[in-house]
Amino acid sequence: MAITMTKGQAGLTGNSAIAYAMKQINPDVCPAYPITPSTAVIEEFASYVADGDVTTELITVESEHSAMSACIGASAAGARVMTATSSQGLALMWEMLYIASGMRLPIILTDVNRALSAPINIHCDHSDSMGARDSGWIQLYSETVQEAYDNLIQAVRIAEDENVQLPIMVCLDGFITSHAIENITLLSDAEVQGFVGEYNAKTTLLDTDHPVTMGAMSLPDNYIDFKHQQSEAMARSKDTVLKVAEDFGKRFGRKYGLFETYRLEDADLAIVILNSAAGTTKVAVDELRKKGLKVGLLRPRLFRPFPFKELAEALKDKKAIAVLDRADSMNGFGGPLFNEFRSALYDAEKRPKVVSRIYGLGGRDYKVKDAVAVFEELKTIAETGRVDTLQKYITL
Amino acid sequence: MATLKELSKQNELLTGGHRLCSGCGIPPIVRLVLRAAGGPVVATTATGCLEVGTTIYPYTAWRIPWIHSAFENAAATISGIETAYKALKKKGKLPGGDKDIKFVAFGGDGGTYDIGIQALSGALERGHNFLYVCYDNGAYMNTGIQRSSATPFFSNTTTSPAGEVIVGKQEWRKDLTRIVAAHNIPYAAQASPHNWADLSKKAEKAMRIQGPTFMNVMSPCPLGWYTKPEDSIKWAKLSVDTCYWPLYEIEDGILKITYKPKEKKPLEEWLKPQGRFKHLLKPENRNLLEKFQARVDLEWQRLLDLDGKRI
Repeated sequence: MAITMTKGQAGLTGNSAIAYAMKQINPDVCPAYPITPSTAVIEEFASYVADGDVTTELITVESEHSAMSACIGASAAGARVMTATSSQGLALMWEMLYIASGMRLPIILTDVNRALSAPINIHCDHSDSMGARDSGWIQLYSETVQEAYDNLIQAVRIAEDENVQLPIMVCLDGFITSHAIENITLLSDAEVQGFVGEYNAKTTLLDTDHPVTMGAMSLPDNYIDFKHQQSEAMARSKDTVLKVAEDFGKRFGRKYGLFETYRLEDADLAIVILNSAAGTTKVAVDELRKKGLKVGLLRPRLFRPFPFKELAEALKDKKAIAVLDRADSMNGFGGPLFNEFRSALYDAEKRPKVVSRIYGLGGRDYKVKDAVAVFEELKTIAETGRVDTLQKYITL
Repeated sequence: MATLKELSKQNELLTGGHRLCSGCGIPPIVRLVLRAAGGPVVATTATGCLEVGTTIYPYTAWRIPWIHSAFENAAATISGIETAYKALKKKGKLPGGDKDIKFVAFGGDGGTYDIGIQALSGALERGHNFLYVCYDNGAYMNTGIQRSSATPFFSNTTTSPAGEVIVGKQEWRKDLTRIVAAHNIPYAAQASPHNWADLSKKAEKAMRIQGPTFMNVMSPCPLGWYTKPEDSIKWAKLSVDTCYWPLYEIEDGILKITYKPKEKKPLEEWLKPQGRFKHLLKPENRNLLEKFQARVDLEWQRLLDLDGKRI
């Protein structure tokens, strides 16, 4: 797949940008299975393989469960491994996601976010990756095609860092980001290769002179200790995410952190929202700012591990916050993002009012007027100090 | 092929001291298969007796690189390992330099006939260079003797009990070896640990052949068969001599029976010592026993008709 570039710039869909990043990373093994809306990632990458643009071995497996199983086998054998999926595909991998992280294998996966069945739906929401939020994978979310491309390149370094050794998932919105063409700045192959470096696994199944047993049965005398180590590695990975972002910024000029804030510093009212809908919200912020309303936005980039201290610090002085989830926990108590933000703010001295608003499931449009309406609600909450509706669906 | 004396001098790649039951058919099968590799070999195992019994942390019985990841995916896991080998070999990145490594996946009948058949089918179709070995003991023994699609006709298991109205498993077993052969892979065979020479020869051939190969091996289970541990090999032999478990191979599409009993023994002789078939010996269940015998005869005849032919 030829990419037309002008001075390092190219108009690419999210899927093409991900496939292109994978080409530049040139992983050893890519087990893959097609699913809408991430299919084009695998199709385009298959072209790179077929044309000899990469040396990657592509395994066109018969299911996503086998895709992740083959990722695990290949990663345990010392290969750098990447794959991509969406929705039901990620759900079918669910069992293996936990095994990948429990075995501390730095597998890199792109999840093009799509709603989960039923009813079957191919459009964007975050129920797939939110369903995997406790699977022990690092999760990075991406607002734009540019960020998805940059996140995937950074993901390699984060996962493989010797202090981390965990699998990582880069999420971008199905169709909205995966199929929309954006003008982005690409790095050169040499820049990408220089940044990700060569992967040399410390322990591998292919070292037949030094045989290792992987995936042994572990009973009550050890299991919790392994999980403790895994948990600590996950917590540590936050620093690695920052370190890698800093190096990326230094080399290529694009700065990333744990989250992005937009006109948040002096804001009284804030919306917290993931991925592409943050762009829509920023327009609403600008409109309301013009009217003198002190509103702002916080867009998490790193959701796993959850940087609760930094997030609470950024939001602790706000009067009212709406956490917008494109997924429902089906717990009668708001979305997954909401629950974690509200918990993170529990220790704040002046605890802000925090409400849950669930929007855009199954690709329902989220418009500027929806964000404006949420801010108007927040204004009332801030003025009265009273929350009438803690959680509800919007964009209905 | 190595002689028995030579074999006995080789280092065991699966050590003793593991926690598999005495009389279990699995360890001799695994040892004979690993020996047949004749060099570096990497293995994976589906969840089951073999995995649980050989790797309780911090112990391991494996002297070769080994991995377990889940139940239904041994074939997919080995696909990944074998592909990583190809990728890293190409790049000159194999640890310890370039070498020829063999890849084996082991699974029980539950992990192969049932939950693992999709991953197995996929890996066979994709043509990975590996040997898949199914140790078939005829039920989910690790979880306590539940029925699988490999469970023999009328067998008493904890999920197909020999009850007052429904007497054991009502369905004939799935013919996995032929399903596998239908993938047109270069080699598929059935073997039994009592015939070590036949098993070794088949394993060596399977290891030597490029591409996916498969062995389905009878694996006695004293726990699930309600038999004495010391008799396991005897009952494995009788499963073959009654033609319940024929020894044959399909190489490049040609089927060959590798052992024909001089005198085909009545099925009852194999069933009688096994507690799982106790109910079949009651006079009121005579018709079931006859039905079972008739089906074994039919399947054996079907095989005889195919012997030496391209299937």
